[in-house]
Amino acid sequence: MKVDFPPLDDLVACPQCDTLHLAADLPEGTRAGCQRCGHVLMSTQKTAVARIISLALTAFVLMIAAISFPFLALDAGGVRNATSVIDAILAFRNGLAFPLAIAVGFFIVVLPLMRLGALIYALGPLVAGRKARPGARAAFGLAERLRPWSMAEIFIVGVTVALIKVAGMAAVTIGPAFWAFAGVVVITILKDQLICRYSIWEALDKARA
Amino acid sequence: MSARAAGLVACRNCGQVHQLDTLRCKRCDSTLQSRDSQSLQKVWAWLVAGMIAYVPANLYPMLLTSTLTDRSESTIIGGVIELVDYGAIGIALVVFAASVLIPVGKFAAIIYLAVSVQRGSGRNRHGRHKAYDVVEFIGRWSMIDVFVVAILSALVQLSAIATINPGIAAVSFALSVIFTMLAAQSFDPRLIWDADRTIHD
Repeated sequence: MKVDFPPLDDLVACPQCDTLHLAADLPEGTRAGCQRCGHVLMSTQKTAVARIISLALTAFVLMIAAISFPFLALDAGGVRNATSVIDAILAFRNGLAFPLAIAVGFFIVVLPLMRLGALIYALGPLVAGRKARPGARAAFGLAERLRPWSMAEIFIVGVTVALIKVAGMAAVTIGPAFWAFAGVVVITILKDQLICRYSIWEALDKARA
Repeated sequence: MSARAAGLVACRNCGQVHQLDTLRCKRCDSTLQSRDSQSLQKVWAWLVAGMIAYVPANLYPMLLTSTLTDRSESTIIGGVIELVDYGAIGIALVVFAASVLIPVGKFAAIIYLAVSVQRGSGRNRHGRHKAYDVVEFIGRWSMIDVFVVAILSALVQLSAIATINPGIAAVSFALSVIFTMLAAQSFDPRLIWDADRTIHD
């Protein structure tokens, strides 16, 4: 079958159902969905890239604080035990559970930091109107691929559940790192909602060295 | 019209459209596949692995608690019952949903998706696509219980008074969640939408 197509760069295929569409410039603040399955193909938001970068930088700094300061402390019968996020990861260090310590470390600290770092690396120069850095595409692709494996927000819900379990038996003190971590979660969610893959790939194309 | 019918292939990572015989995306360098022909095989393999790992996750203890007076072990369900005893019904529901309802629901949803695609069913495509979206989105939340164990084991280390240590079920539960996430990611949702299309190969 041969059809006359517009240039391939003007076409968008839905990643979920493969239906072809012709890309169009969207008015500010609107979104376009797939005609067949409804998957959101693009959305536009003014100065999205600048906001993504500022949120990513904020989250990055907060995450550093979250792993450096005390997270929670427990008092019971004159004995006190303080815990950091790192201690929570190391809870699985003994015996057969050791690989789980590594996995948990990746899920709650390493992968979130990698995602933020990759975004800052890939999109930073774009905000300043400079050419994209070498590997910027690979970095952005990586940040998007890691999204399901970055589980900071799930960890914070887990912490809440644990607090309720412990609250009955001892006094719990919440440390600064807890609030820093909660901040990372909220900011990451705000930032991810701003990411429109289509527009960012277009922007990276324009800034190509 | 689908990209495949038009003799084109789209990159699932960045959306760039190419001629059908292109192997790597010119924009983001990921591998291009018009349809993942091995999708269902991978889905079944990861799913079975996930279901197998879910069995010991429920049989063995998640938490080993020892206090001055006694030692106890609690399984996933045991932990939920404990929360109900404290009167924390809401939290018990969250844990029950994350550790039992979501994993079991996910197994069922993935089986349903895989079987319906294998049969070439064209029914209820929007519903099945929605099911796929939900499975992809919600699967990671099952990790809650693993993180609860991590925090409790790190926090409750009060020498003789009380200590909590992780049980082996935490490992198999985490494996089960990871395997089912991989099963969901291996599923190619474009297969749902192919049933009523004439495919030009």
